[in-house]
Order: sequence, then C-alpha cells, then structure tokens
Amino acid sequence: MSIASSNASMTVPVATHTGVNAAGLSEKVSIRNLEFFYGDSRALKGINLPLYANKTTAFIGPSGCGKSTLLRILNRMYDLYPGQRATGQVMFDGENLLDAGVDINLLRARIGMVFQKPTPFPMSIYENIAFGIRLYEKLPRSEVDARVEHALRRAALWDEVKDKLAASGLGLSGGQQQRLCIARTVAVKPEVILFDEPCSALDPISTAKIEELIDELKQDYTIVIVTHNMQQAARVSDFTCFMYLGDLIEFDVTEKIFTAPTDKRTQAYITGRFG
Amino acid sequence: MANDHILKRFDEELERLNSTINEMGGLTESQFAKALTAVRDRDTAIAEEVIADDARVDALDVAVQEQTVKLLALRQPMAIDLRVVLSSIKIAAALERIADYAKNTAKRGIVLAQASPPMSAVAGIDRLGRLVRSALKDVLDAFADDDVGKARDVWNRDEEIDQVYTGLFRELLTYMMEDPRTITACTHLMFMAKNIERAGDHVTNIAELVSFRSTGQTFAETRRKGSGALYTTDGAA
Repeated sequence: MSIASSNASMTVPVATHTGVNAAGLSEKVSIRNLEFFYGDSRALKGINLPLYANKTTAFIGPSGCGKSTLLRILNRMYDLYPGQRATGQVMFDGENLLDAGVDINLLRARIGMVFQKPTPFPMSIYENIAFGIRLYEKLPRSEVDARVEHALRRAALWDEVKDKLAASGLGLSGGQQQRLCIARTVAVKPEVILFDEPCSALDPISTAKIEELIDELKQDYTIVIVTHNMQQAARVSDFTCFMYLGDLIEFDVTEKIFTAPTDKRTQAYITGRFG
Repeated sequence: MANDHILKRFDEELERLNSTINEMGGLTESQFAKALTAVRDRDTAIAEEVIADDARVDALDVAVQEQTVKLLALRQPMAIDLRVVLSSIKIAAALERIADYAKNTAKRGIVLAQASPPMSAVAGIDRLGRLVRSALKDVLDAFADDDVGKARDVWNRDEEIDQVYTGLFRELLTYMMEDPRTITACTHLMFMAKNIERAGDHVTNIAELVSFRSTGQTFAETRRKGSGALYTTDGAA
C-alpha cells in the first residue's frame, strides 16, 4: 500500500482503455488530463493516453483533430510559439515534461522527431549526423565516425551513402533524405522517436523502406507516428489512437481498431464515411 | 447497414455484393425446398430441375469470389467493410455447400422413387428437412435485415436439428435390422438425412457470420454437442 501511494503517479493507469490488456507493457510516456490552447481556443480536451515502451503508437484522425498538436507537445515543440500553452501532465520517466524547469534541449535529444518534409541541413551527409552528436557529447573523431556509421546503418542508408559521406545531404533523393533525418535522430540516442507524417512526400518504395525501418527501430525505441494514411497506421503500429475535434475518441490495439472498432466515429472515419 | 461512403462507387460495389449474396440465398433456399418436395412426392421431374439448377448457384458463388477479390484489392476495406467482405466470401461458400447437399438429395430422390422406402422414414426426412429449411429462411432474413438476435435464434435451433437427425438415424437402423430388403432404400435415406443435417450446420455457420459481420464477434461456443450416441456401437441396440 505504501509503495502504491508513494508511487501513485506511476501506478495509476492513465485512462480506462478497457480494450487494451496492459499486462507486460510498460508506459514510457503517460499523458494525463492534457489540455492544449492556441491562444483562447482549446485544441486538446482532457487527453489521457499511455505510450508503451518499445511499441509503435499511431495517431489518426481528420485534419484539425489535434493529432499533430499532441505529437508536438511530446517534445515541447510548441514552446517555439507564443500564446500556446499546455496543462495537465505528460509523465516521462517520473518527470512531468510540461514543467517549466525541464531542459528543453535535453528533452529533444531524448524524444527525437522526424518531420513531414525531409529537412537535411545544408552540409555534408557526415556532418548532418555528426553535428547533432557534437551538440550533446564531446567525442574523439574515431568515435564520432563510429556513431555516424551506426546511425546510418540503423536508418538503412549506409550502403547507399558510404562512398559519398562528404557529399551534400541535399543531393540525396527524398526517401534518402528522410532516412538521413532518421539517422540524425537516432545518432543522439533518443528514447522516443516522433514521426510526423514521415512518408507523405515519398514514393511507395521509399515509404516501404521507412515503414520497415520503423518496425526495426521499435526494438530499441518507443515510437509515435502521426499519419493520414490509414493503411500505413494499420501496417506499422501496435496501438492506434483515433482523435476527433480535440478529443481522444478511441485507443486500442491496432488490429482491433481496424477490424472491429468500438466507437461509431472511429468506424466512420477509417472506412471513409466521414461526411 | 448504413452505406454512406465518401466514395460512392465503394457503396455501389458493397451493395452489389450484398444483392449477389441475397440472390444466391434465395436460389439456394428454393433448391433446398424443391429437393425436399422431390423426395416427399417422389417427383423425379423436380429432382432433375434441382440437379440442373445447381450450376446457377455455383455461378453466383464465382461472382461473389470475383466481387470480393476486387473489393479487397481496390478498396482495402476496413472495420465493418472488411467484415462485410470476409463474411460474404464465407457465406457464399456455405450456401454453395447447402445447394450441393440439395442436389445430392435430389439425385438420391430419383433412385428412391424407383424403390419402396418405409414411408414413415420418408416423412422423417421431410420433417428434418422442414426444420433446416425454416432455419435457412430465417438466417437469410437475419442476413438481409442485419438482425443479430434472429441469427442467434437460428444458431440455437441447431441442437433441435441434431436431435431429430439422431432419432431418424436410429429409426433407419431399426428398419434395416427388421427387414434387410429395405437396406438399399434406407441407406439412401440415411445419406439424405446426413446431407440435410450438414446443411443445417452450414446454416449455423451463416448465423455466426451474420453476427461477426455486425459486431466483429461470433456467438460464444457454449452449446453442448449432443449426438455422441451416434458414434457408439450400441447406439441403436
């Protein structure tokens, strides 16, 4: 009892998601009563959601439902903009990452993000990755080399770029640029990786490569992906969260969401019936 | 089922699939009823019709396969749409089997018309057949109206069908033991009874599929199978 009460914030389930059997799962991030405001307008309404360790969670919903907003809260991306604020809790290793005292730079290293459009820096392929590593750690050249190679291998890009590491990152194809951005994220050894529509600008082959990569990366990381592509959510995620007008409508095992969702609104959306 | 996809063509294709299943169901029901009539009235002309018309049921089964493959490939259906497509494939397969059993029963009816089967056993076949026919009609109604309650009711009736089948089986064994000259006719009647009982099992499967299509779940496997006595050697002693 004393253990339970002293650790109350860690043991209380974040929400009643009755469909999910949480046995054997650990919550890497626990979102509790999260509200978000763009000025006076409330974009997220009392969100309760677990993000399970070493699992992929997909956020789906129509445009404006709040899924990207939710994703951007997880690494405090909204801090960049005035007038935007979040209330509630986002617990990450026992700490509320919404607290004012949180070191934002460290947070963004631990919770990395890959954006919709590939955003390589205008520098060499090697430097695109080494740059981030040097921001956080002082390492001898040989170790940086090893980390760059490891990150590129992890992002399934090494074989394609190993002979042209000094070439500009901007010279790569769209799919390669996106994998370079994933390598850059992986290089700083994050714990959680956020993907914001990572394949929306890519062709099907590049998309398949990224999806395969996401599947491999979840062995080491906790992954969250926002996608408009329902099939993609179905293919890559273990859990799916459907949002609508700032509310979390349904959170469940992905298979359940796509075969027999509980809520009519979820069903209407994923079957293409939203009017 | 509310069909109001943003993409109208998708609605049309799902509706077409539904109407193909409905057509197939109606035809199967009629085949089954005619096979029973052929046996009861010793009417070989109707039996011949049933045999010839089986090809129409098979053609509808092929049509369902084609439509579902196309839906899966081109529309990537999810949730209720996925369940509609999957249940359609399996319901079509069940209807095709039921129609085959009707055809086989009709064939045996032609043979039986030349023999002198015990009339009370023929009446027993008719009784068993009417039970299954009524279950088939109801399950097709449940499918058309998306009525899970009605499907569950049909599902529960399979036990009665099994009991009547078991009773008929024993009756036929008794006839054959009493008078070996009836063995040929009674063997045909026994196969007919088996055909009809199997058709009843497929009706039960369709009831399960109506539930799966609507809710994503089948009925719990709570019912006890009560025909064990058939498989013991002293079953009819």
